[in-house]
Amino acid sequence: MLNVQDVTMRFGGLVAVSGASLTVSEGAIVGLIGPNGAGKTTLFAIIAGFLKPTAGQVSFEGQDITGEPTHIRAKRGIARTFQIVQPFAGLNVRENIAVGAYLRHADSVDAHERAEAVAHRVGLGADLDKPAASLTVAGRKRLELARALATEPKLLMLDEVLAGLNPSEIRDIVPVIRAIREDGVTILMIEHVMQAVMNLCEHVHVLAQGRMIAQGSPREVCANPQVVEAYLGKGAAERLRAEEAGHA
Amino acid sequence: MYSPAIVAEAMLNGLLTGAVYALIALGLTLVYGVLHIINFAHGAFLTCAMFAVWAAHSVLGLDPYLAILPLTLIFFAIGYGVQRFVIGPASHGDDGNILLVTLGLSIVIENALLAVFRSDTRSLSTDYSFNVVELGPLLISQARLFGLAGALVVTGLLWLLLARTDTGKAIRAVAKEKLGASLVGIDVRHVYAVTFGIGCATLAVAACLLMPTFYVNPRVGGAFVLVAFTIVVLGGMGSIPGALAGGLVIGVVESLCGLFLGESLGQIGIFLIFILVLLFRPTGLFGARA
Amino acid sequence: MNRLGYLPIALVLAALAATPFFVASNSVLNFIVFVLIITLTAQGWNLLGGVGGQSSFGHAAFFGTGAYVSAILQARFGVNAWAALAIAIAFGAVVGWIIGFLSFRAGLRGSYFALVTLAFAEVLRILANATGFTGGAAGLLLKLDIGFWNMQFSSRAAFLWLALGFVGIGLIISQRIANSRFGAQLVAVRENEDAARALGVDVLAVKLKAITVSAALTAAAGCLYLQYFLYIDANIAYGLWISVEALLAPMVGGRGLVLGPIIGAFTLHGLGEATKLLAGRVPGIDLTIYGVVLVLVVAFAPGGVLGLLQKLGLRRRPRPVPQLKGAE
Repeated sequence: MLNVQDVTMRFGGLVAVSGASLTVSEGAIVGLIGPNGAGKTTLFAIIAGFLKPTAGQVSFEGQDITGEPTHIRAKRGIARTFQIVQPFAGLNVRENIAVGAYLRHADSVDAHERAEAVAHRVGLGADLDKPAASLTVAGRKRLELARALATEPKLLMLDEVLAGLNPSEIRDIVPVIRAIREDGVTILMIEHVMQAVMNLCEHVHVLAQGRMIAQGSPREVCANPQVVEAYLGKGAAERLRAEEAGHA
Repeated sequence: MYSPAIVAEAMLNGLLTGAVYALIALGLTLVYGVLHIINFAHGAFLTCAMFAVWAAHSVLGLDPYLAILPLTLIFFAIGYGVQRFVIGPASHGDDGNILLVTLGLSIVIENALLAVFRSDTRSLSTDYSFNVVELGPLLISQARLFGLAGALVVTGLLWLLLARTDTGKAIRAVAKEKLGASLVGIDVRHVYAVTFGIGCATLAVAACLLMPTFYVNPRVGGAFVLVAFTIVVLGGMGSIPGALAGGLVIGVVESLCGLFLGESLGQIGIFLIFILVLLFRPTGLFGARA
Repeated sequence: MNRLGYLPIALVLAALAATPFFVASNSVLNFIVFVLIITLTAQGWNLLGGVGGQSSFGHAAFFGTGAYVSAILQARFGVNAWAALAIAIAFGAVVGWIIGFLSFRAGLRGSYFALVTLAFAEVLRILANATGFTGGAAGLLLKLDIGFWNMQFSSRAAFLWLALGFVGIGLIISQRIANSRFGAQLVAVRENEDAARALGVDVLAVKLKAITVSAALTAAAGCLYLQYFLYIDANIAYGLWISVEALLAPMVGGRGLVLGPIIGAFTLHGLGEATKLLAGRVPGIDLTIYGVVLVLVVAFAPGGVLGLLQKLGLRRRPRPVPQLKGAE
């Protein structure tokens, strides 16, 4: 469904993403992980059309969309959430979600109905008339999710929707994400909460210093020494193995 | 179509006018560079300063050049107070609000001056208002040469202040990273107010240098403020050398436009430059920080 | 405002339409007509600057274009006043689109957008002032020729109803936009462009649509001004004063709200008149008050008069009518 081919992004002298490739097949739930500063959010911005890559190609459902503006990609069915939540502060929850719903429903009554349905689905049903600015962090994350979902995407890109939530909030929202996927929406998610990644994702790509260093099932990836080193520093994999051997 | 001598004279006159423009733009660009706000009331403060020069001369008999020191101090105090107690608190730190508050201030100042002084145009007559200096075939007004010298001196002093003093260091620190500056114990609100005060003080100098050859009425600042914005944009928002260079360029452009297009179209060149720079090169022609 | 629908609009319009039956004083009717022209100008600004968050300092560009195009068509080409009105509004819209296209494509926002619109208006002012075709510094005068087809009326009440008709159209357009997809997208663009883009909003197209409709409304106000005073010059039609009026009224009444411009215009000009009564005819005194009010609104009442009413709990029974009586 989504195919990212050898994408490179340079900002002046800084190379944020270097020759990264990834594929997401229809109906899958794929994780994108990597240490801080690896270029995950930059890659997301490229896929969603906020940045034009210096080199490489992005295609969606077989069509090259590399140069396409963001709003056209949204019409194609690519939606994203932001790591730093971006609610429309002057609007209430219903109106926030309706902005997303208007993408496919020109009529305001339809759009508002649609918005309410989505709100219930992500657990914001009780907060419809609250100003978006009054929501808690967890509420804002749900709102971010709801707005993206209201555009009725085929591919939903989640940028750290679990970051900043406490364990019980995470426990509440994981089933919501799973349900979205079961409704047939393909999901690509950046996530730091490894427990959730292991729990949700079937396939994981690992980005470190702008390069894809590994991919596979969550379990394979976690066992990959390169990945461990990317997170914990050079030689860490060896040390860990030695420690484990010592314990055994 | 014009003889080289006439064009040369127009350019020279443009440079002299441009120097005063630069002086006016200097305060605006400093305030932008540090507070990141566009002070729409800049022109109104200039009008105020020009009235102060006029009043000092006609009521107290104070020579405009001697008035520089006291008026600079007074306008520094006014600027400090206005930023600290009006603009800062009223705008809640929002960019759009600041523009509106300074617009409101400019309306208040201009119209309060109108209510007090009415719309009459006033000028000073000093013994030296019409003194000229001969430079080859050209005659140059002595007062306008002082204006050029004053602009260069103030630019130099401002640069020294920013580069060499502790206050300057604090100002530069706040301009670069206001959160960081406040974390190391710099009082950001105080620095903002000081910067705004310096901006107003430069206007007092400009007013003193302008008045021997210029006139004042309550609307006069409006004519300068758009020119000053153009210079600031042209020179790169926040750049002090940029303001000086931009001022000189704009002075020449205005003078040549006036020569070739006629008096009534003279200023159109300025606004066209302003629009073109904003649309195509918003970092300014001399702005290094892209 | 949304949930109340058209009721408050109908109340405001009815109250104003009835004034000629109760008030005979020409100066009061003159006052209302003038404030209605300002209201229409401000309704244009409110759409772009209030709802869309793109504060313009140069709505004179549209006001002046409306007034000048209509005046030139009538005075130089003998075009019928109503046809001239339609053409002038279209011209205003086109000027709006062009200014919007240039500035929004260049990514100008906030203070930069405000300044560039101001500069566009100044360029037009200088051109109108220097060109013989536009009457130069002497301005343009329309021949006094009373008659419906010339859009000139001997009775002030008739002109009041005409102006009120335009303001009514402005109110209905604003209300319809507030409840539409376009309105929601415009607010989304105001609040957060990136988030709007991610939700499929074509930010440039939305802004262009807003500035085009905004300019058309303000151009219509310029035409009304011309028909009422039968004279314009560059400093009137393209002057900074009208750009300031255009933004002051919505700021004071309630930025982005449908009734904001009309409430703000009547509040401000009511205050101005009251000040003149108290302080005598000192030039500039009313404008001084406007400036003070603007600073106070930004500092203490960002929601304007309507926002204050809401805070005071009067929202349950919204009665905009007393507002207007206070201004008369």
